[in-house]
Amino acid sequence: MEFIDYYKILGVDKNATQDAIKSAYRKLARKHHPDLNPNDKEAHKRFQQINEANEVLSDPEKRKKYDKYGKDWQHSEQFEHARQQQQRPFSGQGEYSFSGTPGDDEFSDFFSSLFGGSGRSRQTKFKGQDYNAELHLNLTDAYKTHKQTITVNGKNIRITIPAGVENGQVIKLKDYGGAGVNGGPNGDLYITFVITNNTMFKRDKNDLYITVKLDLYTAILGGEITFDTLDGKIKLKVPPETQNGAKIRLKGKGFPVYKNEGKFGDMFVTYEVILPTNLTEKQKDLFTELSKIS
Amino acid sequence: METPHLISADEFCTHHKVEYSFINSLQQFGLIEITTIEESRFIDTEKLTELEKFVRLHYDLDINLEGIEAITYLLEKVKSLQHEISFLKNKLSLYEESR
Repeated sequence: MEFIDYYKILGVDKNATQDAIKSAYRKLARKHHPDLNPNDKEAHKRFQQINEANEVLSDPEKRKKYDKYGKDWQHSEQFEHARQQQQRPFSGQGEYSFSGTPGDDEFSDFFSSLFGGSGRSRQTKFKGQDYNAELHLNLTDAYKTHKQTITVNGKNIRITIPAGVENGQVIKLKDYGGAGVNGGPNGDLYITFVITNNTMFKRDKNDLYITVKLDLYTAILGGEITFDTLDGKIKLKVPPETQNGAKIRLKGKGFPVYKNEGKFGDMFVTYEVILPTNLTEKQKDLFTELSKIS
Repeated sequence: METPHLISADEFCTHHKVEYSFINSLQQFGLIEITTIEESRFIDTEKLTELEKFVRLHYDLDINLEGIEAITYLLEKVKSLQHEISFLKNKLSLYEESR
C-alpha cells in the first residue's frame, strides 16, 4: 500500500482553497466521469482516484487529518486504533456495521487505512461501475439460440444468447454491474461476443459464403454434389457446363437473423472446378481427340 | 396513477431531489419525452437510466443543458462509430481469411 498524493491527483497545491479544489474536481470529473466514458476502464479507475481525492480534500476534517498523517498513514492507523479502543470498549459489531456499504470498494486501501471504510460525508450518488466481459463462442454456437451461464465477479448469471449474434456485438444487461454508490443505481454489464469461425463458411452479417470444389466431369456434364452446412447436409444439382467461379445463391440457407426467429440470410456457393492431374495415356488421347473436334 | 411503463415525473423529482423545471428543460431540449395523462405528467421507465444520467451530469458535474445536449449527441456518435468499427473489422476478417 502506497501513499497517495491527493493534491497531485487533483492538480492543486497544498494551500489550495476549497473553491479551487471544487473547481479542479469538477474539471477532472467532467473528463473522466463513467457516464462520459462508457466501457472505459482506465477512465473509471481515474475517476475513482479523483473522487477519493475530492472526498478527502473537500472535507476540512479529513483534509486536516490527511495533511497531518498522510505520509505516515501507518502511524495514523495505530493512533486511530488506539482511539477507537478507548471509545468503544464493546467494539465489534458496531464498528463494522458500515462495511459492505455500496461504494466501499471504490476507495483505496490507503483511504480506508486513514479514514476507515468509506466514511463519506457528502452523499453524492453515483452509478455503480459498468462491468465488461467477453464471451467466446464458436460460429456453430452462434447459429442456435442457447442458454449459457457466465461468471462475473463471482456471480453466476444465466443468459440466453439469441441465434445470429455477431462477432464484436455488445449486449447490455442492466443492473448487473457494480453496486451503486450512496444509493445510486447499479452499473450495467456489457458482454462483447467474440466469435471464432470453426467452419468452412465465411460469414458476412446473415449471409454465408462457401467455395465448393467440382471435378471437371461434373462441371461439364452436370450432376449432383452433397456438402455439410451448419444445419445438416445439402444436396445440389450442378447444371451441365458449369463454369469455374460460377456462383449460386441459396435463399434462406444462411445464418439466422438476430432476434428475428425463423428468418435466415442466404448462402452463396462458388464452384471451383478442379482440373484432373496425372492423366493416363488413354485420358490424354481422349483429350487430344476432343481438342481436335472443337 | 401509474401505468406499468410510466413513472410519475413528480415522484422522480422527489426521489432524486431535482427541480421540476429541470425535467421541463430537458423536454424542451428534446432530450426526454413526457407523457401527460389527465393533467399528470409521466416518464417512460425505459428512459429512466438516461434521465438519471442527465441528473448526474447536471447536478454532480455542473454541466448545463446545452452541454448535456452536446454530450448526448457525441456519445451517440461514439456508439455509432464503435458499431461501424466492429462491422468493418468483421468485413476485413472476411478478406483476411481468404488470403
